[in-house]
Amino acid sequence: MIGLKQNDVSLQALDALREVGNIGMGNAATSLAQLMNVRIDMSVPRAALLSFDDIVEMSGGMEEVVSCVYMKVLGDAPGTVLYIFDEKSTYHLLDTMLETSGATEQMMTPLAESAIKEIGNVLTGSFISAIASLTGLRMITTVPLFSFDMLGAVLSSSLIESGYTEKEVLIIDTAFFQGRQQINGHFFLFADPGSLETMLYSLGISA
Amino acid sequence: MDYCEPCDINVGIAGYHISRSPNRIVTLGLGSCVGICIYDPHPKVGGLVHIMLPDSTQFHDTGKPGKFADIGIPLLVEEILREGGRPARLVAKLAGGAQMFSGNDKTSALDIGRRNIEAARQALASLNVRIAAEDVGGSQGRTVFFDLGSGQVTIRTMGNKYKVI
Repeated sequence: MIGLKQNDVSLQALDALREVGNIGMGNAATSLAQLMNVRIDMSVPRAALLSFDDIVEMSGGMEEVVSCVYMKVLGDAPGTVLYIFDEKSTYHLLDTMLETSGATEQMMTPLAESAIKEIGNVLTGSFISAIASLTGLRMITTVPLFSFDMLGAVLSSSLIESGYTEKEVLIIDTAFFQGRQQINGHFFLFADPGSLETMLYSLGISA
Repeated sequence: MDYCEPCDINVGIAGYHISRSPNRIVTLGLGSCVGICIYDPHPKVGGLVHIMLPDSTQFHDTGKPGKFADIGIPLLVEEILREGGRPARLVAKLAGGAQMFSGNDKTSALDIGRRNIEAARQALASLNVRIAAEDVGGSQGRTVFFDLGSGQVTIRTMGNKYKVI
């Protein structure tokens, strides 16, 4: 579905995309830290071509309960953004945001959903604006959609809905942590056909 | 066919599998995808296909045949007939086709699940396969266990809730 095949993506291009991810995620992690008033660390982002199975394996098991925020990126370099928090992290985020303690599945009320969506919104907003100012591209995000369910169901549905049904998709992935692994999240940016080329071109790199 | 008995056979996304009693066919985490279980109760043979998309005609590269309702379902039926099934005895059960995401933005509401359900029903109708039961739509992911001994389909949703159709 994307315009690039594995062999066509040079190491230099993957490096550039990793750096784009690094700048975007650094900005997003700072926003999350401010929002929650805690220290947030992040892993070095990786840019890779992955199959659906790889993505599931990286994020947990098919039936693992996760919360997921889904947003479309529109503008010069369209794509899709996904945040996946595992079950424990979701409850921890809720406790921090809503000033409760010991959140459980019963607490997944519309208010809780809204709080998680807002976290996704803030993170994506800072991520995308960092990339937009780095590349000079116009990028905007749509209203976030939310799901709290099995990883396999959530991930497959969002990939299918975005049209990423071919064998492999190029993703930028980052995990972030608060202290001792209390927040365990994955961030995925899926680029629409042509978007990667646009992004790389604006950085002066050919794919 | 499988020679371990009884065993659980896992079908991945866009995959399909045929087996017979006493085995079970399992598929994990159906979201907007639909799991179609087709069964012939006399030789106790059946199969499950985990389709992702309704219509293969919009794609150049169709990849795995189990990906699309319009080609995956006829393929599944064909293989069941080859294993001794009879067309008149076949019954189908459907699960999945949920709308996993909710939000305020109705225009981008993710609705592929409903189209998958419709395409599956249509493919079954054109093959004259009766639909015996369905657990479709809604907003929850489903894991499906298809018991080829009884033809029962057990659906597990988040929080270990079970339903039998």
